[in-house]
Amino acid sequence: MKIRQVSVFVENQPGRLVAMLDALKGKQVNIRALCIAEGSDFGIVRMILSDNAKGVEALKDAGFTATETTVLQKDIPDTPGGLLEAVARPLAEAGVNLEYFYAFVNPTPGKASIVLKVSDPERAEQLIKE
Amino acid sequence: MIWNAKCETMPRQELEQLQLERLKALVARVYEKIPFYRQALQERGITPDSIQSLADLSKLPFTSKQDFRDNYPLGLLAVPMEQICRVHASSGTTGKPVVAPYTANDLRMWTEVMARTLTSAGVTKNDVMQNAYGYGLFTGGLGFHYGGERVGATVIPTSTGNTKRQLMLIQDLGTSVITCTPSYSLILAEAAREIGLDLKLTKIRLGVFGAEPWSEQMRKDIEAALPIQAMDIYGLTEIVGPGVSVECPHKCGLHIFEDHFLPEIVNPQTGEPLPYGETGELVFTTLTKEAQPVIRFRTRDITSLNPEPCKCGRTMIRMKKVTGRTDDMLKIRGVNVFPSQIESILLQVEGVEPHYLIIVDRERHLDDLEIWVEVSEAVFSDEMRKMEALQGKVKEEVESTLGIGVRIKLVEPKSIARTEGKAKRVVDRREL
Repeated sequence: MKIRQVSVFVENQPGRLVAMLDALKGKQVNIRALCIAEGSDFGIVRMILSDNAKGVEALKDAGFTATETTVLQKDIPDTPGGLLEAVARPLAEAGVNLEYFYAFVNPTPGKASIVLKVSDPERAEQLIKE
Repeated sequence: MIWNAKCETMPRQELEQLQLERLKALVARVYEKIPFYRQALQERGITPDSIQSLADLSKLPFTSKQDFRDNYPLGLLAVPMEQICRVHASSGTTGKPVVAPYTANDLRMWTEVMARTLTSAGVTKNDVMQNAYGYGLFTGGLGFHYGGERVGATVIPTSTGNTKRQLMLIQDLGTSVITCTPSYSLILAEAAREIGLDLKLTKIRLGVFGAEPWSEQMRKDIEAALPIQAMDIYGLTEIVGPGVSVECPHKCGLHIFEDHFLPEIVNPQTGEPLPYGETGELVFTTLTKEAQPVIRFRTRDITSLNPEPCKCGRTMIRMKKVTGRTDDMLKIRGVNVFPSQIESILLQVEGVEPHYLIIVDRERHLDDLEIWVEVSEAVFSDEMRKMEALQGKVKEEVESTLGIGVRIKLVEPKSIARTEGKAKRVVDRREL
């Protein structure tokens, strides 16, 4: 399914992650999943939050540049080759490019959750086997 | 050594008489030949007869860099084009370049003042002078070249760059004088160290440096890094190029060749002339130039004038080393950079807001330009690839306009201090 992800621009220096997390904690916003892409001077923090609107507001109030983007969230089999057969191979064969993805804990036994950003979300949604 | 003792040691009273005669003739000439000046003079109710003493200079209108731009390319010519022998031009980083045309007499005069310049700095006919100023439209290369030949030195026209070859020729051709920007001399010193070349074993003994501001501290560093005397020269495209003023071996200010270039110091705000010794904006009137004579050009350089006779014997007035500007122009690796230029480049990149900070530093005597750009929502992407592409695009745009390398740093919003009124756009950490 399509879900909304919050992305934040964070300078690569000590204390900036603390400031970002402080802002979210202050509004009682929980982080369900998180991944950081790092460059030399800055990073992009991508998060799935318990409450996007509240989270973005808190981050902007704290002076961060934060935006929402639509990404795909999929539950896939938590088995050897699960990611390969459910996601990677079908997308590759269909020529859909993965911009990034990250995985997080799924409370359902036997399932893993992933968040993906792809070049063609519509096709990807059809291709990925739940 | 003095190249032209008759002119350079002329008693001041005699010099002032010569200046007055030349000023009168100049005003008559621009009134007759250059519509821009005729109109400016008429607006002030001035005719050539209004000039009766050197003090009357202050009645004349100023010329600004903008006037050159408004009259681009050749609107300020005082002679027909067929009398123009050569045209140089400034780098033109702020828009249209300043065009510098010369008649045959202008070129002779320029060569004469460059011969005086090099002689004052210590160059003789026995020297091998390696000229690492840029050859081409820039006045530095050819200005030094012909001056060096006039003095009788052996001139090696290496132009800029190719540091290894410069070092090879210093060794192989017995170079005794290097002419280049002061920062390039330190690049040479460093490159020599890297290849294990001891410059003390070469014949190099003298450097004639200009085209960018440099401090007494930098002179000490250059003289420590290279076995040379480091001499300062001053010049500008609008007036003639290099050859306007130069230090003598006493290193106590730069002698202005006043029989050709009449200097004044004015209050940069009001334009009122200031007495000798006071610090203000340097203004030049070209007394002898034919092709494109200039009345009271506002250089925007800050200095002061000292008319006391010098121990070297020259009577020509001395200006202090230039230490600042009246505008926000930065001189970075010899290139003129205005913060407003960088702003307009940033604004051309879609979505970039004009929140930026220019940081100029001097790493081991090399100017280093870094621009901080705040990341707004409009340019922010969750994809690293797009952020890096943005960084690359800004870098490319800035570099292609300014012609110098730059580092672009993306920063969080509000990282750059907001102030009431004019924002602080420049942090210059160079110690001049």
